[in-house]
Amino acid sequence: MTQATLSAPKKVAPASLDWKKWLGVIPFFLFAILFLILPSIRLFVGSFTNNQGRFTIDNILQLFEQKSILDAYWLSIRISAVTAIGGGILGFLLAYAVTVGGLPTPVRSALITFSGVASNFAGVPLAFAFVATLGRTGIITGILKNVFHINIYQAGFNLYSFVGLCLTYMYFQFPLMVLIMAPALDGLKREWREAAENLGATTVQYWTQVAMPILLPSILGAMILLFGNAFGAYATAYALTGGTLPIVTIQIGAQIRGDVLHNPGLGYAMAMGMVFIMAISLAGYSWLQRISERWLR
Amino acid sequence: MWSWFWFILGALYFILPLYATLEFSLQMKRDQISLLAYQKAFEDPQFIKTFTYSNVLALATILAGIVLFVPTAYWIRLRLPEARRLTEFITFLPFVVPAIILVFGLIRIYSTPVKIPFTDIELFQPLTTTHFGTNVLIVAGYMVLAMPYMYRSVDIGMRTVDVRTLTEAAQSLGANWFTIITRVILPNIRASLLSGALLTFAIVVGEVTLASFLGVNAFGPYLFLLGQHLAYQPAALSFVTFLLTWMAMGLIQLFTGGQGQAAGAH
Repeated sequence: MTQATLSAPKKVAPASLDWKKWLGVIPFFLFAILFLILPSIRLFVGSFTNNQGRFTIDNILQLFEQKSILDAYWLSIRISAVTAIGGGILGFLLAYAVTVGGLPTPVRSALITFSGVASNFAGVPLAFAFVATLGRTGIITGILKNVFHINIYQAGFNLYSFVGLCLTYMYFQFPLMVLIMAPALDGLKREWREAAENLGATTVQYWTQVAMPILLPSILGAMILLFGNAFGAYATAYALTGGTLPIVTIQIGAQIRGDVLHNPGLGYAMAMGMVFIMAISLAGYSWLQRISERWLR
Repeated sequence: MWSWFWFILGALYFILPLYATLEFSLQMKRDQISLLAYQKAFEDPQFIKTFTYSNVLALATILAGIVLFVPTAYWIRLRLPEARRLTEFITFLPFVVPAIILVFGLIRIYSTPVKIPFTDIELFQPLTTTHFGTNVLIVAGYMVLAMPYMYRSVDIGMRTVDVRTLTEAAQSLGANWFTIITRVILPNIRASLLSGALLTFAIVVGEVTLASFLGVNAFGPYLFLLGQHLAYQPAALSFVTFLLTWMAMGLIQLFTGGQGQAAGAH
């Protein structure tokens, strides 16, 4: 006696019907090709094209030769690195405070909610918020001047500069770190600490020989993600500095509006250089995530 | 205790810029706390126009996203697990192609007629020269930016709910595919859909890069322009944007109970 089987969608289809399975995903792939892959390929091909339309690797070489371009990349890298490390450290300490550090649960909820909000609150409103805080007539500037008698602008500080942009970027960097590290810190099992103490470890030894080695891939991976995050940012930088700080994204923006480099291929090459850096950072993050998952499931 | 110290430091960093914006926005009337800046900002017809437009774009992106991503995720989960890796790779791509690069490519391709390669057959006219075309382009662009979050959200939701069993049960009761998707699957992934939708909303309403390069009359470019020659209204609108973002994120927390999500235009 056989039982009636429910008609399950997944049948063992004869090989000749195999291709029909792929029909259902055609819209998605079509969308991805038209609006993501094709534009990327256009930029890729364009970066190998010279002004006469022929193949050249000259544009790529120019990326490394033209000083202004190297400077732009170096500036972007510096800003991204500073905010990744600074945001990473502050974010880690905050995440630590609400997980292992044992702050009450409502405090943790508030922090997670606010981190979600702050990491999304970027672009034009963030730039304005920082102008209201640290601009020439900003609140903190005023407090420092009137209460502490320190005139930061006279001392050389300028919000519309490298330091100012870093401070502004940090606003969405460290919340992102909190969001990534809180679950990772949760994964630090209490049993490990107890086992370590059982074997006579001091707090320092626990942290340097047990906790940190386990957490390090997560921390590094998250910082790399932060790096990529800052590297690709455009709106915040443009709104804050008006395009005066020549980071790569702003240069590319200028190139899109009008061919300021007098060489379209070079613009594409710059874009490709940026994609390359983002790809490396994403690959690094993925790899470190996989390593960290060994312990921190 | 050190934990409290770090928390208070972090809280200060969060709150000060917001407080500064709020205080600045209340100072429009000299020496008086007033909501004049807010009043003037909301009265501006351009504000209403651009804000509405951005909301409409967000809605269009969300709907188009649901229509595209839900059936795709469903199909892959049910019939085509082989496509899973490729699809996941594609949903990762927008991280590698930030908004400024995406808009660069989109403009270069769609500002001239799209032809079949190596021929002169034109598939369609430049999208950037018509209003409709530009709208299509920007919604598509927003879908690409929101794709990692929206697709993943839907995918995880489907995994949690075990769509395979649900489908089999529905089929055994005689439902057709349309009924299955609209009356069985969609309601069960409500939380994921809402969370993806709210995140998309947060991304689209504040988005500046795509909107300004494609010449779209959206809220982001409007706010930027406002900041070029006014002082109090931009601060007021920035604070309002913050409140909106907070509301969206708060709702997401409510529906998914726990992990925050990070996204957004930078």
